[in-house]
Amino acid sequence: MTADWELPIAGNADVVMVRQRVRSVAVEVGLSLIDQTKVVTAASELARNALVYAGGGLAKIEVVQNGARQGLRITFSDEGPGIPDIEQALTDGWTTGSGLGLGLSGSRRLVDEFDLISAPGKGTTVTVTKWAR
Amino acid sequence: MDRVPILKLGDILIISIQIDLDDQSVLALQEDLADAVVTHGARGVIIDITAVEIVDSFIGRMLSTIAATSRLLDAQTVVVGMRPAVAITLVELGLSLGGVRTALNLEKGIALLDHVRGATP
Repeated sequence: MTADWELPIAGNADVVMVRQRVRSVAVEVGLSLIDQTKVVTAASELARNALVYAGGGLAKIEVVQNGARQGLRITFSDEGPGIPDIEQALTDGWTTGSGLGLGLSGSRRLVDEFDLISAPGKGTTVTVTKWAR
Repeated sequence: MDRVPILKLGDILIISIQIDLDDQSVLALQEDLADAVVTHGARGVIIDITAVEIVDSFIGRMLSTIAATSRLLDAQTVVVGMRPAVAITLVELGLSLGGVRTALNLEKGIALLDHVRGATP
């Protein structure tokens, strides 16, 4: 159960694939139905962000262990323009695109751990973790 | 791209989303539905999301857009069958779908449309 999955995000259909794979791994690690729904929703937002703002990227899905607890970690990485002001990008309603500005800020609320690394010209990496309770 | 069938029942249009729609299909559905409202002179639209496992900000915006567009075309929209986990997730995501009427199931959705139209003939 330590297998990783790496899924390319290059089109709309890939966002659907990421959702489906995250859902099946979330079931496998024993997340509750509500936590499955939350992490799949967060993954959908972040995969779409990689596609819309960076033209694509990669989603890496891992099963992680912390003592007796199992969890699911997803890393979204892209080589897009990067985020100049991370604080602002994490504010509800703030967007440079045509979206609602809830992708980053909303998905942060849906997961247990959220880590964002980005700099202009350096791309963006978002790592989220959800633990089974 | 997947297309969602639009069913007609009297002056109500019913769509039931049964598959995981990609963003392009979501946009196509918005346009198809607006066309269908005008073509059929529909007064009500019911969107059944019983089978939908997640509603993210894109699908959420689709529901709001369909409701607003239909209203401009003289039709009322009701979203039916939202799963409890989806409702909890939507609120936490920060999307409350203001302006979108909901009902627990198709039957209650049709009753709500009848009631709304009865109140404003």
